[in-house]
Amino acid sequence: MHKEFLMGNAAIARGALAAGLNLICGYPGTPSTEVLETAAKYKPETLYVEWSVNEKAALEVGAGAAYCGSRTMVTMKQVGLNVASDPLMSLAYIGVKGGMVIMVADDPGPISSQTEQDTRHFASFSKLPCFDPSTVQEAYDMIQDAFAYSETYHTPVLFRPTTRVCHAYSSVMIKDPEEFYHNTPEGFIKDSSRWVIFPKLSYQAHMQIEKRNAELSAVFSDYAGNQILPAAKTDCRKGIASHGISFTYVKEALKDRENPAVLKISTPFPFPEQKALAFLQNLDEVLCIEELDPVIERELTYLCGKHHLPVRILGKLSGHIRTAGENTCDSVSQDIASFMGWENPEEHKLPEPPALPVRPPVLCAGCPHRASFYAVKTAMKGKKSVFCGDIGCYTLGNAMPLDMVDTCLCMGAGVNITQGIGHTEPDTACFAFVGDSTFFASAITGAVNAVYNQADMTLVVLDNSTTAMTGHQPHPGTGRTMMGEIVQKISIEDVLKGVGVKTVETVNPFSLQEAVGTVKKISAEKGVKAIIFKSPCAMLIKPQQILEVDQQKCIGCRKCITSLGCPAIVTADGKVKTDDSLCTGCGLCAQVCPVGAIGRAET
Amino acid sequence: MNQNLLLCGVGGQGIVLVSKLVASCAMQKGYDVMSAETIGMAQKGGSVFSFLRFGEEIASPMFGRGQADLMIAFEPAEAVRMLPYLKKDGCIIVNTKPVMPVTAVLKASAYQGTEMLAYLKQNVSRLILVNGEKACHEIGSPRVLNMIMLGTAVRHGLLPFSVSEAETAMRQNVRPQFAELNQKALAYAESEK
Ligand code: SF4
Ligand code: SF4
Repeated sequence: MHKEFLMGNAAIARGALAAGLNLICGYPGTPSTEVLETAAKYKPETLYVEWSVNEKAALEVGAGAAYCGSRTMVTMKQVGLNVASDPLMSLAYIGVKGGMVIMVADDPGPISSQTEQDTRHFASFSKLPCFDPSTVQEAYDMIQDAFAYSETYHTPVLFRPTTRVCHAYSSVMIKDPEEFYHNTPEGFIKDSSRWVIFPKLSYQAHMQIEKRNAELSAVFSDYAGNQILPAAKTDCRKGIASHGISFTYVKEALKDRENPAVLKISTPFPFPEQKALAFLQNLDEVLCIEELDPVIERELTYLCGKHHLPVRILGKLSGHIRTAGENTCDSVSQDIASFMGWENPEEHKLPEPPALPVRPPVLCAGCPHRASFYAVKTAMKGKKSVFCGDIGCYTLGNAMPLDMVDTCLCMGAGVNITQGIGHTEPDTACFAFVGDSTFFASAITGAVNAVYNQADMTLVVLDNSTTAMTGHQPHPGTGRTMMGEIVQKISIEDVLKGVGVKTVETVNPFSLQEAVGTVKKISAEKGVKAIIFKSPCAMLIKPQQILEVDQQKCIGCRKCITSLGCPAIVTADGKVKTDDSLCTGCGLCAQVCPVGAIGRAET
Repeated sequence: MNQNLLLCGVGGQGIVLVSKLVASCAMQKGYDVMSAETIGMAQKGGSVFSFLRFGEEIASPMFGRGQADLMIAFEPAEAVRMLPYLKKDGCIIVNTKPVMPVTAVLKASAYQGTEMLAYLKQNVSRLILVNGEKACHEIGSPRVLNMIMLGTAVRHGLLPFSVSEAETAMRQNVRPQFAELNQKALAYAESEK
């Protein structure tokens, strides 16, 4: 064993490697992405790693490997599990041979997600065991347990950390390579009574699953991750139940306190009933401190009913804990103080500060999406149009002054939503914007749908040759794999032409005039047509010579500012200037300035 | 005794690296370390922070208001935003150069940074101001603010390690071609105001 300073996601990957991981696949999504990246970085010879095209593909690839006896991990964020839910529900019935852990990161807040859904519900819905770690160290240890349980019970298991565990860093004790478990897959053994799902098999499997879960509830009652921290003073009749990162906030809040007793739940499903019953003995009231949904609160309420226990269970359902958003050290210590009747810790009161500037996230300086949005906006000025966005950095195109995202729902939705709008409002010019990674993940079927159903729309693919939002992962269009191979790039243009899109034009958005011209021409055509704006992500290329505003020429019209919103254009002492620490020299502002006041800085 | 450090600023200022270096130095000293920081969309020009704690018995990577022993703020308004986290007698190092958000530039708003500094002067007893813009200019790169801030904290004895220990950690974490520049920034000694 030795100590290292690791991010939660890195610890999960390193733990999986220590557990003899043979295959890992997934789709990037904050806060889950670094798990697969770390596994790739520390990749042993025998490990296969891939970014799959989407979560459904990943889960199916993982299932195939697990059928062969591989230890397999599939990674995604919580909304990714929605995409993978079809294979998930069936795989729960079929089961696996090799240990299979589906790592799904939840995002209370939400900090970088569309929803605050709780994967613990997916666990009970799909009837799969679920692990919920509290700390980076626990994540490292628990992922190894998860593989062991999965293999023992021949079932995939869910492992669901939340953002504050995934992205926390901590010094952790980890195994040396000699201590690693090694798994040699047996290979696929044909057996259609095992691997082919049929109603009869499902009926039997369903009975088995319910039996197994009842057994697991008992087994988990003895699992080390489920703990009762007793109160020092045994006469205290109040208790706290918690989980995940909130449990660490509870510990912080109870530092130097003698009570109350605390129940920590690390396996929300199957719920460790015996453990919980032991905790509920001799208590009058329990406060459940949870993030996302009141899963523990419902379980405890149910247990009290089932066993006629006179314990009041409080939490989100009872109105004692806020129903949405993440917990913090402060919120938890206040919740506990009011529950216990303690005085709230005295706060150091500060006078009202001056108005603080708001800082919504914005497209980076030099981002090609800014140029693309601006080109479409300029071309469509004065025409009735709708701009359906999608998931990625380019969602930020909604911000002022671009204001070019009218809808955003989920991965790949924009291309279909725009069709629905078009069928209802035929006089509207319908656009859908989609990034290159999202295109491959889930917009191709939308394009096929549009062609088949005779939609009238323009698909705008913002191709920056990477998956930028989640930190630059390769995808089918980049020609690189996570195994380090250079492979044939899948051409977005060829795919679109292949599914019947007649007009597909590729243009560099930084050639502003040409880009505007292309949009005008193409959007006027009938049917489904596509524009590919191709220019690499600003984070991936070396900045060029920066641009400067010639103060003699500048007339102070602020057109550069009000049309583009580039963070590198600032005002100081009433003058418009570029910020040399941010400007990438993309040249867009120079094409917008009416008097040619912006040009390359002298070297 | 645990020490709580809060770094804050605007996405892109290099806060994460400072947090890494402090963590690595603290580990060298045998402390347990935990940290938590902004990752994701907010990194694109939004307000970002990094909580970092080291000591013996740490339960959570985050801490509550009024608990930071030291704050290193890379931007005046961000210092004010996060000020409630500072201990009553805590110390704060602030870069005086404001970063104008696009929203403020668009509205031609009045945000100048000076009003924030005035507020800090009134409400913090241990305030160290760093003229980051001037320092970057003298060192010759706009991208070394993070090392200037870290160097300042270390030189004031606010972190339990030396400039040379910070330098060793830095050399292990940045690409060799940038090491010299970063070293200059770490060692940059600004005359105090
Ligand atoms: S668009 Fe040109 S003239 Fe107008 S403020 Fe910007 S630099 Fe000055
Ligand atoms: S060239 Fe102009 S638009 Fe491009 S990054 Fe620099 S200031 Fe922004």
